[in-house]
Amino acid sequence: MTDAARPAALEMRGITKRYPGVVANDHIDLDVRPGEIHALLGENGAGKSTLMNILYGLAEPDEGEIWLGDEPIEIHGPSDAIARGINMVHQHFMLVPVLTVAENILLGDEPMANPIFLDRGAAHAQIRDLGARFGFEVDPEAKVGSLSVGWQQRVEILKALYRSASILVLDEPTAVLTPQETREIFSVLRQLSREMGTSVIFISHKLNEVLDIADRITVIRRGRVVGTRTPSETNEEDLAELMVGRDVQLTVDRGESNPGDVMLDVTDVRVADDRGREVVHAVSFQVRSGEIFGIAGVAGNGQDELVEAITGLRKTTSGRVTLASRDITAASPRQLHGLGVGFVPADRQRFGLVLSFPLADNIVLNDYHAEPYARGFVRETVAIDARAEACVVEFDIRTPSIEVTAGTLSGGNQQKVVVAREFGRDLRLLVLDQPTRGLDVGSVEFIHSETIERRTDGAAVLLVSAELDEVLELSDRIGVMYRGEIVAVVDARQADKEEIGLLMATGGRVSPDATKSMTTETEQTS
Amino acid sequence: MSAAAAPADPAPAPPPPQQSFIGRAIALAAVPFIAVVGALVVGAVIIIASSLARGAFDLTLPLQAYANLLEGAFGSLRGIIFSIVSATPLILGGMAVGLGFKAGLFNIGAQGQFLMGALGSAAVGAWAAGESGIVAVPAAILAGAALGAAWGFIPGALKAWTGAHEVVTTIMLNFIAGALIGYLITGPLEAPGFSFSRTGPLGNAELPTFFGTGIHLGVLIAFGLVPAVWWVVWRSTLGFEIRTVGANPDAARYAGMRPAMLTILTLTLCGMLAGLAGAGQILGVSHFMNASYGTSIGFDSISIALLGRAHPVGITLAALLFGAMRAGSGLMQIEAGIPVEIIDVIQATILLFLAADLVIRRLLRLRAVRAQPEELQTVTKTYGGGASS
Repeated sequence: MTDAARPAALEMRGITKRYPGVVANDHIDLDVRPGEIHALLGENGAGKSTLMNILYGLAEPDEGEIWLGDEPIEIHGPSDAIARGINMVHQHFMLVPVLTVAENILLGDEPMANPIFLDRGAAHAQIRDLGARFGFEVDPEAKVGSLSVGWQQRVEILKALYRSASILVLDEPTAVLTPQETREIFSVLRQLSREMGTSVIFISHKLNEVLDIADRITVIRRGRVVGTRTPSETNEEDLAELMVGRDVQLTVDRGESNPGDVMLDVTDVRVADDRGREVVHAVSFQVRSGEIFGIAGVAGNGQDELVEAITGLRKTTSGRVTLASRDITAASPRQLHGLGVGFVPADRQRFGLVLSFPLADNIVLNDYHAEPYARGFVRETVAIDARAEACVVEFDIRTPSIEVTAGTLSGGNQQKVVVAREFGRDLRLLVLDQPTRGLDVGSVEFIHSETIERRTDGAAVLLVSAELDEVLELSDRIGVMYRGEIVAVVDARQADKEEIGLLMATGGRVSPDATKSMTTETEQTS
Repeated sequence: MSAAAAPADPAPAPPPPQQSFIGRAIALAAVPFIAVVGALVVGAVIIIASSLARGAFDLTLPLQAYANLLEGAFGSLRGIIFSIVSATPLILGGMAVGLGFKAGLFNIGAQGQFLMGALGSAAVGAWAAGESGIVAVPAAILAGAALGAAWGFIPGALKAWTGAHEVVTTIMLNFIAGALIGYLITGPLEAPGFSFSRTGPLGNAELPTFFGTGIHLGVLIAFGLVPAVWWVVWRSTLGFEIRTVGANPDAARYAGMRPAMLTILTLTLCGMLAGLAGAGQILGVSHFMNASYGTSIGFDSISIALLGRAHPVGITLAALLFGAMRAGSGLMQIEAGIPVEIIDVIQATILLFLAADLVIRRLLRLRAVRAQPEELQTVTKTYGGGASS
């Protein structure tokens, strides 16, 4: 375990970083011991990323100092950080998909056989060795683009190990992983810290994970350190309260569902992706009004295409979709909107918002053409602004005004804008695709309770999420999607997390050990 | 409502500082302003260098030249009117490119649209020369607008239906327009009785002028369209759709808009504006079109749109600047002996500075303009392989 007597491996003292109008880091002190897994817990926008960007040289602090061992250091860019053994695995992997595993790992630090040519042989051997030490067999010559997300993450970690990192920062590493993959990554991290003495800084907002993996947990709220705990002296409720600054209900009170008539009926729907490959194979399911139907699955198993087909953004190649017995298979997004279908898309920045537009324009993004927001061709600014002001209040959107562009809002508030727009009217069907991805506890709680409320009001809710906990918590029935098919539908009350996780990872057909080897997902499906 | 709606302690306002109108205007105008000043400095260096070639090292020559330029452009009523008339086609052309930027389209075809507008108005104007002005003038103007619009519709339709990139198709249509003019004016449209190939006299289709000056009806139309275009872009639902498609085509589809139709419509409107510019030049200034009608107005329009930050008011100011340089260059050549071509050098340098705006912002550490302007993003991403909607 860690040794409190030894000097800290890394110490950040009084780090302060101000941005116009906000103090992102307010005299933050953080010490990380050698071989320690130190979790940095906080809501989105609390200042975790800013602090780590300072450590990695992506931002310069206004005040404060960084000590590595007993030596003060200055970091002016990622190359400085890497040279000092500080490495970072970003939330969005910094990998080049068309290059091989080895090429990605070597990038920027290529072993040369001579001044002109790479020493590939030596590099490949070295990478295999590294991988073997942590119990995963890597194929250095596999193209990164063909790997599953879990494996891409391992490549990122290998990259840091290859550069002999003494301090490894992981930014929300489990956001895209199945429970099984998460466990495997955790065992790699433990091995790293115990056997190699690497200090790991683990950024997260998932309480259970932090309690599971960390030796110590530092909680940051609004740019300040509000406490440091060891897992043995705290629990989820305590951490959540520290993080949010108030009591948080971690589980939603789902209440009893009263399913009514079938609202959404999907029959034998097949959908192709942008490249024309069929990625949804004859999927059928029904969602009743007053019911939440959850679709669990690892991202990239056809859920996005299925949702796009239902919401009119993508054509089905065959099959039939009906809304209250009315055929909506070929309906346009505008027709569906008119029929009372609300849709929170998975990628809010790509589909749900125009980031360069003011908040008010985003609130009426799909109603802009209708009364009272427009009369004929003329936009009615007064009505638009009034609606936006009302949404800001009702949905608790934290913003300085309705005129700021959506891009300046935090992720949670951006999602609240989308939710305000899609929830704030009479709904028959509500389609939620990854509704809380990347959001903080407070926003998640809010969106979940709003969702339950819509169900209680009689809307049919289709919830798609890669976050298994979320599906389990909200849904009345759960369908598991694997490689374009719904492989199982279970009653949420009888659902077992392990079993569903296994179905998500294997479709229930392959042996559980399949995740241990480097599966090349796309190659197998194509 | 749930308990979360009433949090114990509200979060502090996130970063964006509220900017005043003036603050925003300064942030918008910073890079264009620096581009113009930088280009004048580069021009000065070249003027000094050229004085060396003539055997005299004259450091004050640039000052003299620019003073003459200013005097020529604004020193007399005649100069001012010439500046305004020269700016007129650039205003319309600039808006033809700028409106495209709003929809995320890089309309390099303003040149061809301008030429087709000029051709249409020259042909219909000559044909209707004998009619009364009430009929002849609108007919000729509409012909120009319609032909320009057609030259915008084609690349729009090609993009919407086949995915062909507008940068490629509009450049090709520029060449087709030039070739078509050469053929028609030496052939079917050639007027008899002249020593060179040209269209017939306009007669009553000539635009009326006002106050006994060169201010013709086209000038009023151009200045009238500035607020009209602003209103459409910023106050109408169509403008909202155009801006949404330009800012985020995926979100536009999600919001129930039809990006393909909007692409066609926007490029058609762009073509119409450029076509009107051509009509104004033929009907109000040159009064005929010859087979080798040469102009760079369509290409200058790209610089104008970028310099004016794709905003109708900015475009008007940029067009007036270019128009004034054109108008004052004559006096500069006579008085200071600097060839008028220095104007082309300055205009090209302005464009260079604008395109290299990242360099400018880095050099001067301009914090107010951190992000790349959206119209420049359109230019840099529309290399031909850009995402088609």
